[in-house]
Amino acid sequence: MAALLSLDLLRAGYGPIDALHDVSIQVSEGEIVALIGANGAGKTTTLMSISGVVKARSGTVSFDGRDITRMPAHEIVKLGLAQSPEGRKIFPRLTVLENLQMGAFTRSDRDGVATDLEKAFVMFPILRERKNQPGGLLSGGQQQMLAIARALMARPKLLMLDEPSLGLAPQIVVQIFDVVKELNKTGMSVLLVEQNARMALKVAHRGYVLETGRVTMADEAQKLLHDPRVRAAYLGE
Amino acid sequence: MTPLFAALDTQALTQYLINGLSYGMLIALVALGYTMVYGIVELINFAHGDLFMLGAFLGWTIITAVFKVSPDDAVLGPVALLVCFVIVPAFCGLLNFSVDRVIYRPLRKAPRLAPLVSAIGVSFIFQNLGLFWGGPQDVDFPKLVSNKNLLGLDATVRFTYQDLLVVGVTIPLMIALTVFVKLTPLGKAMRATAQNPTAAQLMGINTERVIATTFILGGTLAGFGAMIYGLTINSIHYQMGFLVGLYAFTAAVLGGIGNIPGAVLGGLLIGLVRSLGSAYVGERWTGALIFAMLIVVLVFRPAGLLGARVREKV
Ligand SMILES: Nc1ncnc2c1ncn2[C@@H]1O[C@H](COP(=O)(O)OP(=O)(O)OP(=O)(O)O)[C@@H](O)[C@H]1O
Ligand SMILES: [Mg+2]
Repeated sequence: MAALLSLDLLRAGYGPIDALHDVSIQVSEGEIVALIGANGAGKTTTLMSISGVVKARSGTVSFDGRDITRMPAHEIVKLGLAQSPEGRKIFPRLTVLENLQMGAFTRSDRDGVATDLEKAFVMFPILRERKNQPGGLLSGGQQQMLAIARALMARPKLLMLDEPSLGLAPQIVVQIFDVVKELNKTGMSVLLVEQNARMALKVAHRGYVLETGRVTMADEAQKLLHDPRVRAAYLGE
Repeated sequence: MTPLFAALDTQALTQYLINGLSYGMLIALVALGYTMVYGIVELINFAHGDLFMLGAFLGWTIITAVFKVSPDDAVLGPVALLVCFVIVPAFCGLLNFSVDRVIYRPLRKAPRLAPLVSAIGVSFIFQNLGLFWGGPQDVDFPKLVSNKNLLGLDATVRFTYQDLLVVGVTIPLMIALTVFVKLTPLGKAMRATAQNPTAAQLMGINTERVIATTFILGGTLAGFGAMIYGLTINSIHYQMGFLVGLYAFTAAVLGGIGNIPGAVLGGLLIGLVRSLGSAYVGERWTGALIFAMLIVVLVFRPAGLLGARVREKV
């Protein structure tokens, strides 16, 4: 199967420091791929490099058959690659509805956007209830839902989620992972970054382990879940 | 009449309010440029007042050197005015855009101080241009709009054609700006970029284009302000950008920097304090009064009157 997203020997960083060293990752169509690793391993940097916010220093990123390594961030979204970023990054003084509209900023198909907005409200009814309130007034869990719904408004082929479970109550985490599975059933590919490695590997098909900017393991999610090293380092056993 | 008796005179009070609001609207136009640019790139554009000054000089040149309008020319005057109201705002918008493109944009990721010091540099360059353009003395700006009283010759309260000009230009501009920022996609993209530039990029917003638009809009408003200043005060000077800029910047901070209605509110308050202060306290105290008001407001509302009403939850 051809990879939808492919990173080849990607190197990126901040100032004099490289945060990623020759990272190679693939996501195929229809797959959920988990990217796990400790604090500061480079997970967020990986997603931001894919999105074009952090520029690659060497290596390539290709998506849907195109080289997007040097493409500006705002053009990458148009190709069908959306991200719900770490810390949610909601627009606090835009309403919930306006936040969702921003997610569809690059689209011009009004009817399609209206349909997707309705889908988002069905998926997260609380967002409909609070659609005219500023995003900054939502609770943490609601903001996470808004961040995911906002990313979905781009109607992406690949959805990237950076720590969607961080700081949320367990039942909300379950709800969010259910949504991820549902989306995947409709054919959407997902690249999932998580510190909650157990949850992530349970929903994912495959996984990568990132350690200080290098991929140290890559395997089927089930195998990683039972791997003694992963269990010791990331599953707290 | 002592100041105390003047205070009881409602006609005089009405007059001071009209004068204050009229000047306040001018300050608000300039304040919008500070607040919009700060809102989007967190830069205090020290050159903004001087951009305003250059706009006034361009208007003066168009009227006196290009059209050679004599004081009471009923045909050429309005034509020159119309031309000025198109060219001067366009010039200020483009100049502001160019400064951002050439100087601030390369420093976007540099430490805050770098673009700030550059803005101070641009301010000096603009002042020198103004000095070269108009000379060191006050320059008469032709009185193309009369200050005849619209309320009749023997009415006690004066609302002049000049006041009408201020209101007639400023209010539509503010309405247009509000509609643009609230309702159009580019306006929403502007608010989104101001609130979280990284997230804005992730939405597919070309943030550099949004920033450029902001500089153009801010400059354009300063250009309108420059024309209004010239036509109502009728005297311009290469250093006039300093005081107007200072008042405008203060208005922006007073209202809550980055907040558009805040800049307008701040401008109006400053106009009122200036007018009422010079009437009832004395003209030389107006500066102190304005800054005393700023300090009092900031002590109780550090983010300004309308700043950051919605807290961000993390
Ligand atoms: N904006 C930045 N400027 C400088 N260094 C940064 C920046 N962001 C991240 N880093 C550094 O890059 C490395 C990778 O960070 P990154 O945020 O990608 O890790 P992460 O795996 O997402 O961590 P976490 O689990 O804490 O989110 C770390 O050493 C971090 O300190
Ligand atoms: Mg991270």
